[in-house]
Amino acid sequence: MSAAGNRLGPTLFERSRHGRGGDKVPHPPKDALARIPAEHLRTEGPNLPELAEPEVTRHYVNLSQLNYAVDTGFYPLGSCTMKFNPKINEWAARLPGFASLHPFAPDEIAQGTLQLLWELEQALAEIGGMRAVTLQPAAGAQGELTGILMVRAYHRSRGDLARTEVLVPDSAHGTNPATASMAGFKTVSIPSAPDGGVDVAAFRAALGPQTAAVMITNPSTLGLFESRIGELLEAVHEAGALAYMDGANLNAIMGRFKPGEAGFDVMHINVHKTFSTPHGGGGPGAGPVGVGDRLLPFLPSPRVLRETDGSFRLERPGERPTSIGRVRSFVGNAGVLVRAYAYIRAHGAAGLCEVSDDAVLAANYLKSRLAGVLDVPFSRPCMHEFVASGATLKRETGCQTLDVAKRLIDYGFHPPTIYFPLTVEEALLVEPTETEALETLDLFVEALERIVGEAHDDPELLHAAPTSSPVRRLDETTAARQPNLRWRGMTGSQTPCPD
Amino acid sequence: MLETIGVASVDDLFGDIPAPLRASGLNLPPPESEAELADRLCDLAERNRVDLAGFLGAGAYRHYVPAVVDQLLLRGEFYTAYTPYQPEISQGTLQTIYEYQSLLGELTGMDVVSASHYDGATATAEGALMACRATRRERVLVSHAVHPHYRETMRTYFSGGELALDEIPLVADGRGAGTTDMAALERMLADPDRPVAGVVVANPSFLGLLEPMAEVSRLAHVAGALFVAVAEPVSLAVLASPAAYGADIAVGEGQPLGIPLSYGGPYLGILGCREPLVRQIPGRLVGMTTDVDGRRAFVMTLRAREQDIRREKAASNICTNQALCALAASIYLAAIGPHGLRDAAAMGAARATELETALAAAGAPRLHSAPYLNEFAVRVPDAAEIHRRLLHRGVLAGLVLADVEPGDASLADALLVCATEVTTSREIEMFATALREEIERGRQLALSGIASGAFGADDAGAAI
Repeated sequence: MSAAGNRLGPTLFERSRHGRGGDKVPHPPKDALARIPAEHLRTEGPNLPELAEPEVTRHYVNLSQLNYAVDTGFYPLGSCTMKFNPKINEWAARLPGFASLHPFAPDEIAQGTLQLLWELEQALAEIGGMRAVTLQPAAGAQGELTGILMVRAYHRSRGDLARTEVLVPDSAHGTNPATASMAGFKTVSIPSAPDGGVDVAAFRAALGPQTAAVMITNPSTLGLFESRIGELLEAVHEAGALAYMDGANLNAIMGRFKPGEAGFDVMHINVHKTFSTPHGGGGPGAGPVGVGDRLLPFLPSPRVLRETDGSFRLERPGERPTSIGRVRSFVGNAGVLVRAYAYIRAHGAAGLCEVSDDAVLAANYLKSRLAGVLDVPFSRPCMHEFVASGATLKRETGCQTLDVAKRLIDYGFHPPTIYFPLTVEEALLVEPTETEALETLDLFVEALERIVGEAHDDPELLHAAPTSSPVRRLDETTAARQPNLRWRGMTGSQTPCPD
Repeated sequence: MLETIGVASVDDLFGDIPAPLRASGLNLPPPESEAELADRLCDLAERNRVDLAGFLGAGAYRHYVPAVVDQLLLRGEFYTAYTPYQPEISQGTLQTIYEYQSLLGELTGMDVVSASHYDGATATAEGALMACRATRRERVLVSHAVHPHYRETMRTYFSGGELALDEIPLVADGRGAGTTDMAALERMLADPDRPVAGVVVANPSFLGLLEPMAEVSRLAHVAGALFVAVAEPVSLAVLASPAAYGADIAVGEGQPLGIPLSYGGPYLGILGCREPLVRQIPGRLVGMTTDVDGRRAFVMTLRAREQDIRREKAASNICTNQALCALAASIYLAAIGPHGLRDAAAMGAARATELETALAAAGAPRLHSAPYLNEFAVRVPDAAEIHRRLLHRGVLAGLVLADVEPGDASLADALLVCATEVTTSREIEMFATALREEIERGRQLALSGIASGAFGADDAGAAI
């Protein structure tokens, strides 16, 4: 791993030296601010660091080398789809025509981006089997909020005010219940059945005239396709509720299952998962939302519209009064969407189907290889990810899943997602994606085999891990009890500068 | 691989999908080689016009971005990394977020700044919701001079709960025309049956005007409400900081800090607060701590507020942040430095003065008289038509205010224009010359219109 051997350096503030830098923009005339009354002006400048460009460059290059990244190694992070980010996408988003276009540019001079967004909407609608798509939400979680607010608007438009609950399986992402709360609904948690699917009896019992929507992740966060999905969707609609699909795991099913056609009313899509836009160390993403006929009138505004003459335009303010309104400024994360568009055009219909096939193949291969190494609680074929468990290992050696994960770092791998889903003891959620070579998968299996051996022979190796990383395990308790969230040069409360 | 798995074909792995619900492929165009794709993308990009003399601001601003910013953003170790849940191999991302929080802390004066939100609009909505949680009150007042997209987003975010959002009107005329009406604010805060959680005012406002922020702060606090200030970060190099005028929560759009316009995103939502509110702040926070060897290290902290731990009781459903945009802002600030940022802000003000003079001479005087920094509204007869005609002459003449505030009579026939340090005197001259000619042309047309009307009347008269 590239990070090995590297150490943290001083912060920008510690590197600052009075008088350095400051030649990037022209100097203004002395009286530039003379017309502004003094009460509006700052009395002393912000205490920002002063650095010359060589120091800035080394600061950030050195920091970058402390990171693990898809560009440096394998990232089997379940539910996150850490696939390779094609470089052409980065190049495309930086084309001046895309990058320098002002969001209030009149439609007439924004035809290229508007066409790209419109075509992307069509492609995502086809992939999801949906009637229409909005590209406005800035991330998956905001897509969820958009979807659930549309559900709320739908029921209200029918005068149905009694629907106050949203059903969420207990294996769902935490954003699902948090979204329901934000949209003013009460979350009702549905237990999982022993086979990893939704407990259908509990599900039916919880459905009723008070149910506004059901949020289902399919494939589930256990990496399993909900085989009774048809039955579940029928029950939802019989109860007068709507079905929300968390599209986080869309990478498994492109061309094989179209949620909208199967009966889902609304679905968000994480383009930073399935459509290869980079995670950026935590964002930005984009969370397009597809809808069926029922929710079509409620899509956020503005939509991108195609005129009969083939030109494109944005919906005007107030043009569609049934809309839930805006969920953010402007049209969306257009810069991210350019990358998703490039990915879809590069792959085309056949390529996207192959992506899902290969992702599922890679996951099943890893699952089969690891079946003799760790517990693999669900034996049926998985989709693009699978859950393993360190429960037996913990019982036999005292080494927990956390220790296994940290030891993987010493072997040069990013750990899988751990302790999620919450429903599996000592869980490791492994998602290889379709972009990893077979030899990488084999090396990962070998590393886990050796780690399990170490757990039996020398468990201290696991407890002490990682030892090769820039820092070792952290004191998270002190970080939370006495939060130090901002550099304050004057207080001297900082940990000493590393050398 | 199939042999290891023990199946005959990939199709066998999809057996859990019920047969009636199986799809058979996708109806999309065929794959393209990289060369073909590059060609297609260039064609699309070239159908956008970005070569005009641009005077558009209205919430997204053109600034000079030092070359080093994008060069460093292209480090794959930054942009292809995941959220730093494994701190031992994510210190690069974690330290840059901590530094971002610190840099924005210096600019805003806030004790705590979150690791970032989606954009200015959602940060403002989250700031308002935060005020409701902190005060346990259910009503927020937002100035009509806050960006219309922010107000619409707040309405959407508020639509889920029982919370009320009321707009504070603007002063109609006189010296303070266009600024938030302090007398109205005082009246709205005085309603004992509807206590106010937070007051949201932007400085500079959407119309570019400087608001009486210290007075807003005083009125809000007398009523027991929190003050949520919407600030523009480049302006904070020269304008009083939210902390200086008494804001409890500072929010804003971070795009001007080195982030490309990109037709509206990805941008950077700034959200900060005073220390006592820290446990109410939504979104990620990174703190400094030590590792088991006592070495300095950084880690995501106070995570008990977040959705993956608290689920339905979380402070927000926000899961990601805009880490790469926050990184861009940090590199921008490090590269431009405190003096460079001040120069950029002051140069924008100087160019705006030049623009004001030139446009007034061309027949488009300012709409308001309150002080402004680098953006202001001008009165232009038949603004939408003139804006369109200028576009064809290579000038993007700001924003037609009636397009975003169609119901507001005070903003009919007005353009919102802005200048920054990248605006040139030549562009200003080009704008002013074209505007003068178009106003003149419009006047001639109107005259001939009246003439033809008179002619029609004559005809009618002749008929009699």
